[in-house]
Amino acid sequence: MSAKPLAIRARQHATTLSFLAPALIGIVVFFGYPLVSAVYFSFTRFDLLSAPQWVGLANYRRLADDPFLLQSVRNTLWMVAVFVPVRIVSAIGLAVLLTQLKRGAGFFRTIFFLPALAPPVAATIAFVYLLKPGTGPVDTMLAHLGIDGPLWFNSPEWAKPSLVLLGLWGIGDLMVIFLAGVLGVPTSLYEAAALDGANAWHRFRYVTIPTIRPVILFAAVTGVIYTLQYFDQAAVAGSIASGQATTGGGISQSFGFPEGSTFTYPLWLYTVGFRYHALGYANALAVALFLVAFAVTVILLRRAKAFSGEES
Amino acid sequence: MTAVLDAPPTVVNRPPSTRKARRENRLVWIARHSIAIALAIMFLTPVVYLVLISLMTSNQALTSDYWPNSWHPENYVRVFQVTPLPRYLLNTLLYAVTATALMLLSSVPAAYALAKLRFRGRNALFLVIICVMMLPPQVVTVPLYLMWARYGLTGSLWPLVVPMLFGDAFAIFLLRQFLLTIPQEYLDAAKVDGCGEWGTLIRVVLPMARPGIAAAGLFQFFYCWNDYYGPLLYTSENEQAWTLSLGLASFHSVHHVDWNLVIAATVLTMAPIVVVFFFAQRAFVQGVTLTGVKG
Repeated sequence: MSAKPLAIRARQHATTLSFLAPALIGIVVFFGYPLVSAVYFSFTRFDLLSAPQWVGLANYRRLADDPFLLQSVRNTLWMVAVFVPVRIVSAIGLAVLLTQLKRGAGFFRTIFFLPALAPPVAATIAFVYLLKPGTGPVDTMLAHLGIDGPLWFNSPEWAKPSLVLLGLWGIGDLMVIFLAGVLGVPTSLYEAAALDGANAWHRFRYVTIPTIRPVILFAAVTGVIYTLQYFDQAAVAGSIASGQATTGGGISQSFGFPEGSTFTYPLWLYTVGFRYHALGYANALAVALFLVAFAVTVILLRRAKAFSGEES
Repeated sequence: MTAVLDAPPTVVNRPPSTRKARRENRLVWIARHSIAIALAIMFLTPVVYLVLISLMTSNQALTSDYWPNSWHPENYVRVFQVTPLPRYLLNTLLYAVTATALMLLSSVPAAYALAKLRFRGRNALFLVIICVMMLPPQVVTVPLYLMWARYGLTGSLWPLVVPMLFGDAFAIFLLRQFLLTIPQEYLDAAKVDGCGEWGTLIRVVLPMARPGIAAAGLFQFFYCWNDYYGPLLYTSENEQAWTLSLGLASFHSVHHVDWNLVIAATVLTMAPIVVVFFFAQRAFVQGVTLTGVKG
C-alpha cells in the first residue's frame, strides 16, 4: 500500500470519497448537527418566538420533579419489562413450532409474518374496534364463554396489555429472525443430547436456547430501543379509543388515554416540544433518551459482535 | 452452491426416525399441526372481521354482530366520496417512491465502499452508522424540525424526502451485509478487465446484488407507506400534504360514528401491502433474516 505512488493513492482516496460523500454529508447534517443542537438547546429556554436563552442546568433540574415525565417513564418501563420479553418468548415459540412442521411450514410462516407489515395506524384502529368494550367481537366471544370481557383500550389497567396484544399480532418479523437462528442449530448437538437421554424440553432448554443466545440478546436490545421510541400505536389507540376530535396537530390532546395509562416517553417529548413549544425542555428529554438508547446500543455492539460483521 | 452442500446437517434435514416411534410421531404431528392451524386462525381472524365489518351498514357496525345482514360493497366507494383518499394515496406514493429511489441512489455506493473498499476509518464509520440506526428518531426531532421550519418547508413532504438523498443508515447496514457475501474474485476480475471502482459497482455488483437491493428498497417503501410519526410532525398543519396514515388517524374523528367506513378505509390502506407482499415475499423474508431489524 505505502509503496504505491502518491498520485495513485490520492486517486483511490478520491474514488472512495465519491462513494461515501452523500452518506457522510447525511450523517453530519441529519444526525451530527441536530444531536449537537439538541444538547445546546437543552441548556436553554426556547419557545420558537424569541431567541434561545441560556439557563444552564435548569431544564435538567426540572426533569427531577415532573409528574408527567414520571408517568411516561413508568409506562415506558412497563412496556420494556412486559412487551419485550413477551414478544421474544412468543417469537421463539412460533419459530420452534415452524421448524417442527414437516408440511405447510411455508404457508404458516406467511400467515404469521403478514400482520407485521400492516401499517401501525391501520392495525391500531383495527384492534381498538376488535377490542371495543362490551360490543366488540372479542368481548362478544368472551361473553359466549361466560366471561365478562375487560374494557381493553378504555380501561387504565387493560390499555397497555391491549397494546401488547396488538404488538403480538405483528410479531412476524421477529419470528423470522428466530427461525433463521433455530434452523442454524447443528443437528449433532441434538443427537448428542438425545444420547444423554434428554427429552424434547431438555433439548430445547440446553441446546436450542444456548445456541441462539446471541439472537436473543440482539432481539432484547433492539426490542428495548424499539420500545423507547414507541409512538404510533400509543398515540392512535388513545385518540381512537377516547373518541375525541384528533385532527392533525390536535392529536396530542388525547395522548395517554385513559388516565395516562398509554402515555409513553416519546408522547411526552412530542407534547412538550410541539404542543407546549417548550423546546429547551423537550431537548433535555431528548438528550436523556439519547443517553439511555446509546447505553443500550453499546451493550449490543459489545455483546453481539456477530451482527456487526467483521468487527470482532 | 458448494457451500450449501458442505453445510452441517441442521434441524431441517434431521435423520429419519425409527419405525417404532412412527405411531407416536403421528400423534405429535397432529398435535403440532392443530396448534399451528389454531394460531393461523388467530392471526387471520382480525383481517377477516375487518373485511366483514367494512361491508356492513353503519348501524350494524355498532352492534356486536360479525356477519353482515346485508352486503354493502359500496362502502368502499363512499370512503372515496367522504375523504380525499386519492390525495392521501398520491402523497403516500410520492413520499414512498421518491424516498426509496433517492435512498438507493445514495446508499448503494456507500454500502459498497463499506463492504469492498479498503480505507482508514472504515470500521469506525460503520460503527457510527450502526449507532445512527439504533437511536430513536425522537432524539433529533426538535432541531431537525427547526431546521426545516427555517427554510419554510414544514407543511410539506420535503423534510421526509430530501434526507434520503444522503443515505439511510438502516439501508446502508442491510446492503453492506449483503454485499459482503459477493465473492471478491468477481470484483478483481472486473478490475483486471479495466473497470474502475464505479464501473465495477455498476456493471458487476449491481446485477449480482439485485436481491439485496430489492430487500432494502422494499423495507424503505414499506417504512414510508406505514410512517405516521414523520408525516404527523411535518405535514399535520397542511391537509394537502397528508399521507394515508395521517388521513386514516384523523378520518376516525371526522366520521367517528361510521365504523364501517373507517374500517373500509383501514382495509384499503392495508390492501396494497398485502398485494406487494405476495409478489415480493422472498425478498422480504430474506431481508428480515439478513438484518435482524425491520425497517
